Amino acid sequence: MSRSIAIGATLTLVFLGLAALSFIYTPYDIQSFDIPNKLHRPDATNWLGTDHFGRDILSMIMLGARTSIAVAVLAVGIGICIGVPLGLLAAARRGSLLDELIMRGNDLVFAFPSLVIAILITAIFGPSAINAIIAIGIFNIPVFARLSRGAALPIWERDFILAARVAGKSSLRISIEHILPNITNLMIVQGTIQFSLGILAEAALSYIGLGAQPPTASWGRMLADAQTLTSIAPHTALIPGMAIVLMVLGLNLLGDGLRDWLDPRIRIART
Amino acid sequence: MIRYIASRLLSLTLSLIAASIVIFAVIEVIPGDPAAFMLGVNARPDTLLALRDQMGLNDPLPLRYFAWVTGMLTGDFGISWTYKTPVAELVNDRIWVSLPLAIYALFLSTIIAFPAGIIAASRRGGMGDVSIMGATQLGVAIPNFWFAMILVLIFAIKLRWFSAGGFPGWDTPLLAIKSLTLPAIALALPQAAILARVMRSSLLDNLGEDYIRTARAKGLTRRQALWRHAVRNALIPVLTIIGLQFSFLLAGGIIIEQIFFLPGLGRLIFQSISARDLIVVESVVMLLVFVVIVVNFAVDLAYAVVDPRLRSRT
Amino acid sequence: MTHFTKLLSASVLALTASIASAQTSITVAIQLEPPNLDPTGGAAQAIDSVLYSNVFEGLTRFMADGSVVAGLAQSWEISDDGLTYTFMLHDGVTFHDGTTMDAEDVKFSLDRARSDDSINAQKGLFADIADVTVVDPLTVAVTLSQPNGMFLFNMAWGDAVIVAPESIDTIASNPIGTGAFTFTDWVQGDRLELTRNESYWGQPAALETATFRFISDPTAAFAAVMAEDVDAFVGFPAPENLPQFEADPRFQVLVGNTEGETILSMNNKMPPFDNVLVRQAVSLAIDRQSIIDGAMFGYGTPIGTHFAPHNPDYVDLIANSTYNPQRARELLAEAGFADGFTTTLKLPPPSYARRGGEIIASQLRDVGITAEISNLEWAQWIEEVFNGKDFGLSIVSHTEPMDIGIYADPEYYFQYDNPEFQALMDTLNATTDPTTRSALLADAQTTISEDYVNGYLFQLAVPTVAKAGLNGLWLNQPTAAVDLTGVTWSE
Repeated sequence: MSRSIAIGATLTLVFLGLAALSFIYTPYDIQSFDIPNKLHRPDATNWLGTDHFGRDILSMIMLGARTSIAVAVLAVGIGICIGVPLGLLAAARRGSLLDELIMRGNDLVFAFPSLVIAILITAIFGPSAINAIIAIGIFNIPVFARLSRGAALPIWERDFILAARVAGKSSLRISIEHILPNITNLMIVQGTIQFSLGILAEAALSYIGLGAQPPTASWGRMLADAQTLTSIAPHTALIPGMAIVLMVLGLNLLGDGLRDWLDPRIRIART
Repeated sequence: MIRYIASRLLSLTLSLIAASIVIFAVIEVIPGDPAAFMLGVNARPDTLLALRDQMGLNDPLPLRYFAWVTGMLTGDFGISWTYKTPVAELVNDRIWVSLPLAIYALFLSTIIAFPAGIIAASRRGGMGDVSIMGATQLGVAIPNFWFAMILVLIFAIKLRWFSAGGFPGWDTPLLAIKSLTLPAIALALPQAAILARVMRSSLLDNLGEDYIRTARAKGLTRRQALWRHAVRNALIPVLTIIGLQFSFLLAGGIIIEQIFFLPGLGRLIFQSISARDLIVVESVVMLLVFVVIVVNFAVDLAYAVVDPRLRSRT
Repeated sequence: MTHFTKLLSASVLALTASIASAQTSITVAIQLEPPNLDPTGGAAQAIDSVLYSNVFEGLTRFMADGSVVAGLAQSWEISDDGLTYTFMLHDGVTFHDGTTMDAEDVKFSLDRARSDDSINAQKGLFADIADVTVVDPLTVAVTLSQPNGMFLFNMAWGDAVIVAPESIDTIASNPIGTGAFTFTDWVQGDRLELTRNESYWGQPAALETATFRFISDPTAAFAAVMAEDVDAFVGFPAPENLPQFEADPRFQVLVGNTEGETILSMNNKMPPFDNVLVRQAVSLAIDRQSIIDGAMFGYGTPIGTHFAPHNPDYVDLIANSTYNPQRARELLAEAGFADGFTTTLKLPPPSYARRGGEIIASQLRDVGITAEISNLEWAQWIEEVFNGKDFGLSIVSHTEPMDIGIYADPEYYFQYDNPEFQALMDTLNATTDPTTRSALLADAQTTISEDYVNGYLFQLAVPTVAKAGLNGLWLNQPTAAVDLTGVTWSE
C-alpha cells in the first residue's frame, strides 16, 4: 500500500519539519505575552489565531510538535533499549527461570493501569517532560520485550543459527549478529505505532497537567488551557486537537504502510 | 493439566505479592504529608502529631505493609482518611458507575465494530473497505478527551440533548443510562476502531484458510462461507481483544470521568492521589491489578482447556 | 413564645411558603467536595461551604456583609477586664437528632476544640480560652487568659460551631447540628442533599430541599450551568466564561469579593530575596493589570499591600509598586544582579496561580529574571513551600480574614522578620480604641508595602452564576459559606 506510506510519510514529515524549523524560527516569540491581543481568530497576522495570553498559536503548534515528538521518541527509545535486550535474552534462554521471570515481569507491568501509574510517577517526581517520558517508556518495555521474544523464537529454530552454534558462537553473539538483524523491520514497524501511541499518551498527560511544564509548549496543555474557551474561541481547542489527530494519523498510516511493504506476513501486536 | 494449573496458580500468587510490594513502596515515597494536607496551613505541630497518630502514620513501615495486606485478605480495605468511610464502601459505590460505563462502552464499540469489520472484510479492497479502514484510522488517532470535549460542546451545551455530566444514580435507570451515554461514546470510539481492524484482519486470515476453500468448493458463496464459518472462527482473537479492552476501560476512564464529573473509580483514584488519601489509592490500585491478573489467569486456563498444545507454553 | 410572635412566625411561614410555591428546591454547585463533614476536624473550606449556617451554628455567626452577630447565643456580657464572656443561649434549640442544645454542649464543643488531642485545624482560635464553665443550662461563662478583641469574631468561624457529644462519633459522615437544614444524604464524588429542618428554632428556610454538587473541572462547570443542570454555581472556576452568562437572560452573575489577598510571595530569607532592592525590582517588574486581565479575565481588585480593599481601614498603596520594568532593571543592577538571576516559582493548583504564574514568569523574563515554574498539588505545596520553605517565589491567595498578623511571625513561610513590625502588631493587639487601631493598621500596611515583602497582586473575586429569579445568595464571601437559609425563588 504505497498510498498509506505516501500520506503517512507526508504528514509525519510536515510535523517533523515544523518541529525542526522551530529551533531556528517561529513566527512569533511565545515567551512574551500580549494579553490585549488575546483570543484573536485566525487571520493574516496570526495564521492560526492567538490564545488566551495573546500568543501566536502557529508558533505554539510548532514548539508543541517538538515536545510531543521528543517525548514520544525518547519513550519509544526506552522501550526498545530495555525491552528488546530483555526479549532476546528470554528467547536465548527459552524455558529457563530467567525467561519465566522476564515474561511474568512483563505481565505484571501490563496488569498495572497505565494512566494511574503515570499519575503516581508524576506525584512522586513532580510533573515534567522527563517524568512523562519515563511513565510512557515503562509501558513500552513489555511491548518490545514480548514482541522481540516472539519474533526471535522461530529464528532460533532455523538452520543457520544451528550452524552458528555448532561453530561455537555464544548465544549473546548469535543474538546480536543473527537474531537482531532479522527482527529489525518488525521493531521499526512496532516503533512507529508505539511512537503514535506515545504522542497520544503525552497529550493525555499534558492535558491533565502532568507533562511538560510552562513555558514549554505542549499540545495537550494547549487543549487544557482552551477547554473553557471552546464556546467563545473554538479555534483554541480545535487547532491543537487537529494537530494531534493528524500527527497520530500520519504515523499510523506510515506504520501500516511500512508493515505491508516490508513484510506482509509479519503480525503486529496493537493495543 | 493439574500441574499446569498449580504452576499458573503459583505464578499468580507471586505476581500478586510482587504487585502489592511495588504499590506499597510507590505509595510510601509519594511526597506530601497527608496529615498536613488535611489540616491545612494553620495547623499546629501538636495537632498534626495527634492526627498522624490517629491515622497510624507513625507506625514502622513493615508493620503497616503487613497490616494492609492482612486487612485486604480478610476483606478489610481500611478506612479512607479523608472520607472517614470504609474503602470497600467507597469502591462499592464507584464500581456501579465505572463497571456499567465500561460495559456500555464495550457494547457500543462491539455493535459498531462487528458490522464494520465484516463489511470491510467481505468487500476487501472495495469502496466500503477503504472508507471503513480510513474511518478506523481516524478513530484510533482522535484523543478521547478531545472527542469528549467536542461531544459536550455539541450535545450538552448547544443542542442540550444530554446533561453535561454527573450521575443521578440507579434509582432512575433511564436517566442513569442517558447520563452515561456521552462518556460511553467518547470511550467507545477508539476501541471500536481498533476492534473493527482486528475483526477485519482476523476474518481475512480465516477466509484464506483451507476449510473456507473447501466450503466454497462445496458450493457456498463467498458471503455464505464468511457468515457460516469465518465469522465464528474469527471471534477468538476478537474476544481476546475485548477482554483486554474491558480491563483498560475499567481504569482507563479517568480523564473521561473527570470531564463528565462521573463519580467512578478513576476519579476516586485521581482525587485520592491529590488529597493524599493514600490508603484509598493503594487499595483501589491493588484491586484493579488483582482483577487484571485474575482475568489473565482465567483466559490462560480457558485457552489451555480449548487448546492442549498451549499447556507447554511457547 | 408569646401569642403575637407565634402569629408572626406563622404568617412569615405562610408568606415564605407562597413565595416558594413556584419552586422549593435548589441545586447548587461548588468546586470542591468536602473530604468529610466535620467542620471542627479538617481544614477543607468545602466543609464550611456546605455546612456553615445551613447545618451547623456557633455562638456567634458571620452575616453576608462580614459582620459578626449573635448565633446560638442570644446575648452576652463581657466583664470589665475583658477576660470573662458570659453567653446567654437561645431557649428551645434542639439538635437534628432531637437532643437539646444547652450550655453543656457549648462547654463540650469548646473544650474538645482546645484539648491536647484536638485535630481542629484552627486551634489557634481557642488558644486564649482558659476555662469554660456551665452556669446554668442556658448560660455559659468563658474565661480568657488574656484580653482578646477578636474573641467574638473567632467564635463565628466554622471551626467553632457547637456540636453534641451524643453525635460526635459519626459527625464526619452524619453531621448533626442545630441549623435550618438537616443532612439527608451524601453520594460521595457527586452530591450532598439537605432537607429543611421543620423544628428549627429560628426563622425556617424557604427552600424545602437543597442539593450540593461538586464540579471542579472548569469545562464541566461551564457545561453544567449552560445545560441548566445546576441552579447556581458559587465560586465559578472559569472567569473567562462569565461574559457569556451575563449576556444570557437565563442567568445572573454576581461578582463578590473575598478575604483573599493574592500575592506573589517571596522567600525573604533566601538570597537574593533577602535584599529589599531585589524585592522592589520584582514588584516593579509585574504588571498587575495584565495579570488580572490574563489570569482572571478582568475580575479582581488590584492591591498594594496585604489588606482587603473593602475593609474601611484599607490604605491604597498601589503607587508603591507601579509597573516600571526600566526601574526594575536599574534596581537589579544596583543590587548587583545586572545580568539577572534564576529562581523557582512554585505554583499551587488554582488557575489564578497557574495562569498568573505563566504571566509573571514572562514579565520577570523581560527584566532578566528567570523564574522556573513548577506546578504542585496542594499536598506538595504545603510540604515544600509552606512547611519546607524551599522556594524562591510562589503565588497564593491568603483567604483568612484580617490576616496581616502573619507578617509578625518570622517562621511564617515567606519569613519576613522585622522587629519593628512585630512590635507594631503587639501594640495593635493590646489596643481597643478604634481610631488608634485604624492608625496602627495603616502603619502596618505601609510598612510591608514599602518593604516590598511580597508582590501584592489583587483581591480575589468570587463569581457566582445563578439562574435569574434566585434571590438571597451571598454576594461576598467573608467566610467560606454557601448560606441557603435566606435563599428564595421569585417568579
